[in-house]
Order: sequence, then C-alpha cells, then structure tokens
Amino acid sequence: MMRDLHDHLKTRYRLGDLAERRANLAFVDVARADLRALLVELRDVHGFTHLSLLTAVDWIEEGRFQLTYLMNNRTANRSLGLRVFLDRADPVGDTIHDLWPTAATYQRELREMFGIAFPGSPRVDEEFILEGWTDMPPYRRDFDTLAYSQQTFSDREGRETHDPRAHMAKKLNPEGQR
Amino acid sequence: MKDIDKSFRKDTETEFPLREELKPRSVTAPDGQVIEIDPLQDYFCQEPPKVHKQSYFRIVEDFYNWARAHSLWILGFGTGCGAIEMRPLMTPRFDAYRYGIQWRPTPRQANLLVISGYLSVKTLKRAIRAYEQMPQPKYVVGLGSCTINGGMYWDSYNTIKRLDDYLPVDLYIAGCMPRPEALLAGFMDLKKLIRKGKAEGANKYAENFDWYKANQKSVIKDWDMPDYNW
Amino acid sequence: MIRFEPDRSQYPQPGDDGKLEIDLETGKYLKLWHGPNHPGITGNMSVELTLCGDEVVEGKVHVGYLHRGFEKLMERRTFIQVFPIVCRVCVPEPDFNEWCYAQAVEELAGIEAPEMAQWTRTLILEMGRFNSYMMAMGGIGGALGMGVIGQWMTYVRDLMLDRFEEMTGARIYHMFILPGGVRGHLPEGFAGRMEEVLATAERYLADVDKAMFTNAVFKARTKGVGVIDPALFEPYGVTGPNARAGGVAKDLRKDAPYLVYDQLDFEVVTETASDIWARAMVRRRDIDVSIALIRQILAKMPKDGPVMAKLPNVLHWKIPRGETYVAGESSRGEYGYYLVTDGSGYPRRVNVRGPSYTHAMALLEHLIPGTNIADVAALMVSLHTYPPEIER
Repeated sequence: MMRDLHDHLKTRYRLGDLAERRANLAFVDVARADLRALLVELRDVHGFTHLSLLTAVDWIEEGRFQLTYLMNNRTANRSLGLRVFLDRADPVGDTIHDLWPTAATYQRELREMFGIAFPGSPRVDEEFILEGWTDMPPYRRDFDTLAYSQQTFSDREGRETHDPRAHMAKKLNPEGQR
Repeated sequence: MKDIDKSFRKDTETEFPLREELKPRSVTAPDGQVIEIDPLQDYFCQEPPKVHKQSYFRIVEDFYNWARAHSLWILGFGTGCGAIEMRPLMTPRFDAYRYGIQWRPTPRQANLLVISGYLSVKTLKRAIRAYEQMPQPKYVVGLGSCTINGGMYWDSYNTIKRLDDYLPVDLYIAGCMPRPEALLAGFMDLKKLIRKGKAEGANKYAENFDWYKANQKSVIKDWDMPDYNW
Repeated sequence: MIRFEPDRSQYPQPGDDGKLEIDLETGKYLKLWHGPNHPGITGNMSVELTLCGDEVVEGKVHVGYLHRGFEKLMERRTFIQVFPIVCRVCVPEPDFNEWCYAQAVEELAGIEAPEMAQWTRTLILEMGRFNSYMMAMGGIGGALGMGVIGQWMTYVRDLMLDRFEEMTGARIYHMFILPGGVRGHLPEGFAGRMEEVLATAERYLADVDKAMFTNAVFKARTKGVGVIDPALFEPYGVTGPNARAGGVAKDLRKDAPYLVYDQLDFEVVTETASDIWARAMVRRRDIDVSIALIRQILAKMPKDGPVMAKLPNVLHWKIPRGETYVAGESSRGEYGYYLVTDGSGYPRRVNVRGPSYTHAMALLEHLIPGTNIADVAALMVSLHTYPPEIER
C-alpha cells in the first residue's frame, strides 16, 4: 500500500527511500523545495488530510535539523512521515499554516524551542511557552539543561544521586570481583 | 559552568519592553476629562510589607491564633499537578470543609496559598503576585517533593528547585503526589503551628523582603511588574 | 426558548477585511485575563479576552505555566529511567503516556508483550478513560453552575482510584505499564470489587442524566452554543469526542485497533449537533461504553500467564537507530508519541502529540470570537483540554 504510493509519487518528487515501520506507518525523506507541493497533493488527492504532528529532531553530529511532518489518512488509517532536512547553522522552514491552521502552533513551538524560523507564520515570534528566556533554544542538543538549572536555581543540601550502573554493580557484586 | 551562546542571548533592554498597558499615558474619559495615568505608580502600593506586630497580651495573641487556625481559606490556584488531589478534598469523602478549610477564587479572600507541585518560572511570577495580594496573616504550604528540592525535575531548566528561596514556606507536605489524607494531615499540622504562633512566614517575608525580591528577580528575567503588588 | 438579544447597533463594526480594529484607548473594549488563577479555567493556563460589552471579540490562549521541559529531560535519561516521568505529562489520564511510550520502545526494540499484559493494559487504559471522563463531566457541570455534578463525579472517580491503588499501589501516577509488559497480576477478587464500583457509577450517572441533561437551564445554555463547523475538523486537527460530536465516526480503537480492542465488542458513539450539548452527550455515552468495555475485559481476559517479556539488561539497553509514531484514542482524542532513537542508550527525541495541543490553541482561538463571556468557561470545558499536554 505505502509502497504503491511511494512508487507513484517518486516519479514527480525528489523522494528518498521508503522506511516502513509498520504496515500503516512509513517515513520518507523529501527535498525541501518539493515539500509544499507534496503536502498539497497528499492532502487533496491521496486523502492524507490530518496533520498528526509537526516536530523537529536535532542531528547535531550531522549539522542539520530534521523536520517531521506526520500526515495521516483517516479513512484508510495510514500515516506517512515526511522528513525534511534543514541546515543547522541557519534553519529556515516553510510555513504551512495556510494548509493547516493548527500548524501555526507547531511552528511557534519550533521557533521557540529549536530556533527554526518560519517566515510568514502568524504570531510566530511571540513567546509561546517560555517567558523571558535569554539562553539558546532549549531543545537543541547542545543546550545543557542540568548546567543551566544548577546555574540558575539553588540546590538544597542533602540530595543524593546514584549512578544506576555503579549502584547496581555495588549491590550485586559488593566485593568488586570481575 | 557552561558559557552561554551569545548569539541567542536576548538584549533585555530592547527585547523586553514594558507592556503597552503598563506604560504611562494620558486617557480621555467619556466626559472629555484628560487623565494622566502611570499604572506602575497609581494602581499599586508604594510601601514594602510591614511586620505584623503581636498583641501585648499573650492571651489575646493566643486567642487570635486559635481563631486563625480555624479558618484556613485556600486560594484555588492549581499551580501544578498536585491540584488534582485537592479536588477530592472538597468532596464529602475527605471533606476538608469540616476543619474550616475552604477554597476561595480570589487572593483577596484567601489566607493560605498552597503551591500544589512544581513551579515553572512563568507560574512563579503569578504565584508571587497572588501571594502578595493576599491579606495578612497568610501562610504558604509547599506540596510535593518538587517544591522541596526539585524532585522529579531536579535537572529541568524551567522549574524552581527550592520554593523557600522565593516564598516563605510554613510547611512542606512531601510525596509525589501526596495523598488527600497526607494533605489533611499537613493542614492539621499547619493548624498546630499557627496555634503555637510559629507560622510566621508572612513576617519573615516582610523582614527579609529585599532578599526574597533579589532571589525572585534572579530567576524571573523579564520582571515587568511593580515590586509591591498590593 | 427565550434568548436575550441585545441591541448590537452601538457596537464597533468590523472593517472591510472583516477584522475589527481594536483600540483599547477608545474605552469600548475591555481586556480581561481569564486565568491562570481563575475558577473558570481548565487547569493552569490563561486566555486573554478582549470584550466589547459582554461579547468576546478576541481571545488569545497563553500556555507554558506548566512547562517542565519533559522532552529535554527524556533525552538525558535511559529508556527505563524515562518511565517515572513519562506519566507526569498528563495528570488526569497518565496511563496513556505510559502505554504509548512503552509501545514505541517495544516497537523499536523488537519486543512483544505477552497476552496477559496486553489485556491488563487495555483494562488500565479503559479505567483511565473512565476517570478522565468523570473529571470532564464534573467540569462541564461545574462550569455551568451545577457544582453537585462535580461532587458526584469526583466521588465516583475516587472509587475508581481505589481500584487503581489496589492494582498498582498508587492513586494518580501508577507506572504499571513498563516496556515488555506490566508490573503484575490483578489482585484476588478484583473483578467483584470493580463490579461494585461500576454499579455505583451507573447509579450516579442515572442521576446525572436526570439532573443535568434534562435540566432546562443546561439545555438553554448549551444547545446551539459553541458550534464547531465539521469542515473545520481536518484543518484544525480535531479528533476524538470533539469530532465525534460533529458526526465523524472515527475512533482509533475501532479503525486501527491496538492492544486487544479488535477482540472487544463496542460501538463508536456519535452525535450530530457539534455544540456544547453534543460534546457533553458524547462523553456521557462514552462512559457507558467504557463501563461495558471494563466488564467485557474482566470477563474475557486470561486468568493467568506471564505479564512481562524478557528484557535485555536495562542498564545497558541500547536501541538501534529508528523512529516510530504510536497513537491511540485517549479520552480527548488522538494521543501519540513520536520516538526517535539513534543507537545509544538514550532516546534521541520524544515528542508528545497531545489532543489538547490543537483543541486548546488554534481551535479555541478560532471559536472564542463572538461568544458571550458567560459561555467561555463552558466552551473551554466542553473541549476537554488539559494544559500539561500542550506544553509538557
């Protein structure tokens, strides 16, 4: 099913290989320039009318962000995840709030949490979740939440933490034999 | 200590301007009269909080404390997930009302602020305002491990770890989350503290007002409200 | 039905583009903050309302008061360490998070939970749905001035929490569903005690029918109020009971059966009016479905068997690179987890798709203009939103 659709679309759009996770869920790479046309065709022709989610993954080693548009065909119960890669140094995405008004909320969150710009999306630069945030966008991999919290908030003395591996090794093997 | 990426750091002078409704301006009333208003000056008190003096006679103070202990009016502000266990307390099964505990919708009618769970920085700002608007004598109860030392969220960038840095806490109720019975027991203990005259959080807040304000401002980066919110 | 129709001729008129030019200095508008500290708000969020008379002309939803940065915290924890925090994403129905996350991890790691565990999971999810609907019913009653509905529903919910406590040891956060299965078997005589709870619930729900759904005030204030046009469902991502109240018979339990829902017999409840009354009624009838499902599950589930699949050493558990999305029908709509792994011992990214994310943000902001200020609370409650799953 998903393979047929992929073969059908592959002729006109620059798509990567289909990664099938389940019978009704697959992921595919899409070139950023083709994204909008593909979304419109999926929505209007193939019945993928429901935007389940729009989120980003930070692949810091590869220097890029992955945007995932998870489209759902609610009649046939199939989901197709479109992966679009953005340059991490200057991440700019294309807004789709005119196709799905609810995407504006997702884009506001991505703008705030990953620092991905979506020019043209309504209220995208307003503060969404954080208030008075001065550091880098917190969902980026290079943001260290522990260091930030230790710098900003004071700890109460007496709190102990155990490394689970060391703790279990000590508990199961107290003499430290190998 | 991690160095913070300068390219993301906002310039607080230009990025956090005063909100439009807080700027001084002149308003024309319906009858044509022009009024100059400065919201930060006009709508709020200009004095820091005062220490609530005890009565000269011990017996009078004891009587006051006895009366205070029997009317704990809680501000109905669910700041975190602990608010879900407050709801059963309002129903006949646990029935906190029989102890003189009831929930009020506005800070002006309440004297007990229950911080029900973790406080994100954004909520902390509202909790401070709510606390300062409550009339004296007033008490704060921190509910759940996350108000004590961060609990689950010990490494989160958005939740405070020690509530007593920001608000004067009279009593903590531990647990994640505390059961309704634990809450009732905690309120009973608070009553005992009040009757002994040991729940002096509001006076502590007035005495160490500058210290509390400095702590609050160190985490609330866009402080856009007056220092005295009452 | 008598409706009060005020004279709207003095009101400001929208411009040519259909948008109102809102200038607060004219004195015709009032800015009102509905929340976060407000009795008529669903949890810790706020709606910034601009009023003209008693009519709302603009509403902006502000969230973030409950943000703990879960998706960041999960990236710092091993797959098994995520479990204590994953349920805290959604307070009134925490089990759904546990199941979605467990299912996603199992899928990427290639583990299959045993049959007994599948049945127990289904039972827990239905009990959680029952609880969540109870809160919603009480909320709808409370928002329309019928506090007694809230009292009854909280009591019945409390009885169900006792069953949860008996089974899992905790009232709110159960942490019973783990990757590979569940933590244990049902206690001895559980089915009988559950039947008592369900019978009590049915007695109270019959009272709710009498006190709420036949109440003239309730009807007058909900019928024809807060209508969502079914054409908006797909652009705004409306799922679950909110969509079913508009005649869309979509239920992931039926359409894409997960767990053991394909072996259970139930129908998808729909209404057609798509107003507040229809949304309340869909939830009321869905409670009956849930009660019937709990009875069915307890009758059909195997009596004994393993509840946990064999797991690798969880301290050294690495999951190969991959991504998946697991979704199910929670009491509010499609609830999903998007999990990305990169071959290390930690999740690369976890994203929670809460139904309130679309219901309480874009949809609510679209619905609010034009409603009466007195109906805003009822409108919000009828959408059944929980702020923690918006901001996590």
